[in-house]
Amino acid sequence: MRIVVCVKQVPDTWSEKRLDPADQTLDRAAAEGVIDELDTYAVEEALRLKESHDGSTVVVLTMGPAGAADTLRKALSMGADEAVHVVDGALHGSDALATSLVLAKAIEHIGYDLVVLGSESTDARMGVLAAMLAERLGVPQATLANSVEVDGSALRIARITATAESAVEASLPAVVSVLEKINEPRYPSFKGIMAAKSKPTSTLSLPDLGIDASSVGLAGAATVVLDSTQRPPRGERTVIKDDGDAGARIADFLASHKLL
Amino acid sequence: MADVLVLTEHADGVVAKPTLELLTLAARLGTPVAVVIGTPSAEVVEKLGAYGASTILSADDDALTSSVGAGVVSLLESLVASRSPVAVLLTSTAEGKEIAGRLGVRLDAGVLTDAVDVTLSDGSVVVEQSVFGGSTIVHSRVARGVPIVTVRPNSVAPAESPSSPAVEQVSVSVPAEGGRHAVVTSRSAVTAGGRPGLTEASVVVAGGRGVGAAEKFALIEELADVLSAAVGASRAATDAGWYPHAAQVGQTGVTVAPQLYIACGISGAIQHRAGMQTAKTIVAINKDAEAPIFELADFGVVGDLHTVVPQLIEEIKKRKG
Repeated sequence: MRIVVCVKQVPDTWSEKRLDPADQTLDRAAAEGVIDELDTYAVEEALRLKESHDGSTVVVLTMGPAGAADTLRKALSMGADEAVHVVDGALHGSDALATSLVLAKAIEHIGYDLVVLGSESTDARMGVLAAMLAERLGVPQATLANSVEVDGSALRIARITATAESAVEASLPAVVSVLEKINEPRYPSFKGIMAAKSKPTSTLSLPDLGIDASSVGLAGAATVVLDSTQRPPRGERTVIKDDGDAGARIADFLASHKLL
Repeated sequence: MADVLVLTEHADGVVAKPTLELLTLAARLGTPVAVVIGTPSAEVVEKLGAYGASTILSADDDALTSSVGAGVVSLLESLVASRSPVAVLLTSTAEGKEIAGRLGVRLDAGVLTDAVDVTLSDGSVVVEQSVFGGSTIVHSRVARGVPIVTVRPNSVAPAESPSSPAVEQVSVSVPAEGGRHAVVTSRSAVTAGGRPGLTEASVVVAGGRGVGAAEKFALIEELADVLSAAVGASRAATDAGWYPHAAQVGQTGVTVAPQLYIACGISGAIQHRAGMQTAKTIVAINKDAEAPIFELADFGVVGDLHTVVPQLIEEIKKRKG
């Protein structure tokens, strides 16, 4: 089984994030870039599937600026076999439609039986990419999985949403997205970190994928940011120390704001 | 006026509150048209009409509910082609966003998720989003295609606007390509123990590390119940196994924007703030006076939640008589 895992470099989850006022894209210099925490669950799930299915390989794929290669190295040191980096200056400012176009072309270029993603990115938080890839690739969408089983060409997942838990079946090839807590991602071992240095890594450009530069990046975006502003600070704040009547004082506050 | 398609959500004859919010926003953009999966009951028709739906398009086909995403996307694709709407509005749930994304690819049309406001400006649909955990407000529009917008629950107060909608049956052909769809083989509804859903609740009571133990969440639940609130938890609490992961509010969990958010024993790390700081009113109870949650709180109490919360519960019961 050939498994492609899509990963994204994002600002550290615990950092403040902001938009670059010049072009309203993510300011990548404002915070340290790391592999998206939610993608580490996808890498881990792919590695577990590989370990339980002889003859499998895990290819980790990212699209992003040169620095995003660090996220590939992290996935390789966890145990992925190969890495592919789509990097091209024209990609700057790509929206979700363009990103899904590029990744779908790259996935077809790599060859796949299963594509695995995290449930969303922790920066843009759109949660659309796995569904978009299923649509572009014309394969089943087995998303929001809390468990994944592959038996031959049969795929089974437990899909969990806010309103329902479903059993979902599909046949490979397919796209899967996994929820946080599907597994506990492993830490790279020293051996894994050393081995990662000699694993095959390749880069692809837009011409390699047969994509016209005008259909991606800010130029090709189907959505336009008109303006962005920092949220104004909240209004008047009151902080009291509990002197034995804090419960009653909260109730007073709620009543005065018509919240009771 | 042009149609605005609203993908409705209903269960057991009850229309979801976020659907009523979508109808209210749709009326600003054009003529609200409700798309219903399944055959709507009289109660559902009446409710959608009361909130401004001029027409109800009902599509009843097993493929719509048995395929993950694909069926509903095909339905909306055909309705966009036949009715040329000015926008398609969906609720910003995980499923709603997936459908929006696929529809965007199918139509090569711009997709905007997690809108907190939608307006018409010089004839184009402008969407307000609150990004990076509410720290930045962004206005966007689509550059091509019909705007496909998912709207966060609680973004607008549903407004009654009585009409008597006609119900039209629409058919959809979901291509039965062998093996190309993921198929739902069984489904069970998740209930929150009679409490409102976390994202659509008007009031959320959340517990964090300061709660101290799984069994102590009973206190958080008791406060939630006297306020008819949903229960949330910080990542520290869900990671510790004190409360189900689905209740996690924050960067890697659920984003909520209720009228009132009560944070109990939550320090307010960015991870958590990212999921709740757009709440209209925030109350925080924490032992540590330096906790960052107090930077957000409209009303903060430095104290022990285990004494403050029981007193608060008694006060609310007393005042509600």
